[in-house]
Amino acid sequence: MAIPQLLVHDNKDTVGVVVIEGLKKGTDMLCVVTHDNSSFKLKAKMDVPIGHKVALVDIKKGDTIWKYGQDVGIAKAKIAKGEHVHVHNIKTKRW
Amino acid sequence: MAKAKKNGKAVAKKNGHQDLTFWGWRRKNGRVGVRNHVIILPLDDLSNAACEAVANNIKGTMALPHAYGRLQFGEDLDLHFRTLIGTGANPNVAAVVVIGIEDQWTKRVVDGIAKTGKPVTGFGIEGHGDIATIAKASYVAKQYVQMASELQREECDISDLWVSTKCGESDTTTGLASCPTVGNMYDKLIPRGIHGVFGETSEITGGEHLAKARAVNKKVGEKWMKTWQAYEDEVIQAHKTNDLSDSQPTKGNIAGGLSTIEEKALGNLEKIGRECTYIDVLLPAETPKKGAGLYYMDTSSAAAECVTLMAAGGYAVHTFPTGQGNVIGNPIVPVIKISGNPKTIRTMGEHIDVDVSGILRRDMTIPQAGDALIEMIVRTANGRLTAAEALGHREFVMTKLYRSA
Repeated sequence: MAIPQLLVHDNKDTVGVVVIEGLKKGTDMLCVVTHDNSSFKLKAKMDVPIGHKVALVDIKKGDTIWKYGQDVGIAKAKIAKGEHVHVHNIKTKRW
Repeated sequence: MAKAKKNGKAVAKKNGHQDLTFWGWRRKNGRVGVRNHVIILPLDDLSNAACEAVANNIKGTMALPHAYGRLQFGEDLDLHFRTLIGTGANPNVAAVVVIGIEDQWTKRVVDGIAKTGKPVTGFGIEGHGDIATIAKASYVAKQYVQMASELQREECDISDLWVSTKCGESDTTTGLASCPTVGNMYDKLIPRGIHGVFGETSEITGGEHLAKARAVNKKVGEKWMKTWQAYEDEVIQAHKTNDLSDSQPTKGNIAGGLSTIEEKALGNLEKIGRECTYIDVLLPAETPKKGAGLYYMDTSSAAAECVTLMAAGGYAVHTFPTGQGNVIGNPIVPVIKISGNPKTIRTMGEHIDVDVSGILRRDMTIPQAGDALIEMIVRTANGRLTAAEALGHREFVMTKLYRSA
């Protein structure tokens, strides 16, 4: 298999993780779901550092963010598919 | 040693890890150590200088300076004694010299360690001064280190090994690669009869439902939930001044891509694999008493505090997944670092013992990574120095529950 640019834990997830250094805006990313090894393509809308997340779908403000098939927080802004997802646009639902 | 190393490598590579053994020191209480330290243990902060002087006099001994031990009381004092006694009792320690400012609490630590049957002697400074105490303690330390140098390793079944885990400077790659590597190791070795342990109570916030469900039965699950709730109510909620997002996730976690505590918790829990269940919930530094299996220990997520507590619980090898590159070690327990982050491997590879970045490239499976970790655990048990040992990391950090009287 070719080396993926993005890994996704679960089919239910709305975010994936960039797993290569130097990912550039416009890259047509090979995305692999680790749970079942299925794959799909997604265009990165911006440069995203290794380890950081990318939205797999269009996310509305207030939407729950899903990763590992679990609730990992809430969107505090609108996030378009392919955009960087991090502390600037999502936050914890705890403490 | 050549024989031991050859043996460790050979058995780890066999299919299904049949006849998995390592070479360790069997102590009088039956526990097996993978290191043979003679430690000079201060009861309190005041005794650090004398302990360091003894360790300087007698080569091959090691002082474990720390910051506390005066005017502590209640549960905090109990934890202080449990940590010191557990550290001395750890099978990686062959013999102990304890030095305290006065005799009575010094004796309490000595008596606790003596239950293991290993050589231990205590010295109080008051009435003698540092110089006379250092001289007396040095004579004993010299006898101990020469005694220890003649103890021989013997071949032991893997079930004699106690392996702890805690991750640090986590990022999104730890949840994808290094934590599941540890989980795969536990799924393979817990059924082989090892003792395991995981902890980091507040860091499971967001994954409580998953952690509770991994208890061996409902009673243990309820005990775990009570432990988590107490940490949440008595530590986090009682002391927080903001939403904690400045501390948990840490700045390093955020730089690595983790955004929320829930996301961090789910990655953390990958360390317990898919199949094993924990059989009891331990107090900080408590020794497991229910036999072989996986345990939970109530700890903070600060790396040195947590590893110190697990070592005091009796664990002999620590597995430490890291994403952004935590450099922690421990004075008595080898800390094996596992990382799947290719940037960390590239920029600070000298700290990493097991490179599992192939998982991200999809050219290494998690079961293969688990096997690589098991091989490294056996090599480490047999004597290979970890990166943290070679780099001199000896972080020994007592957990303090509240201010002293």
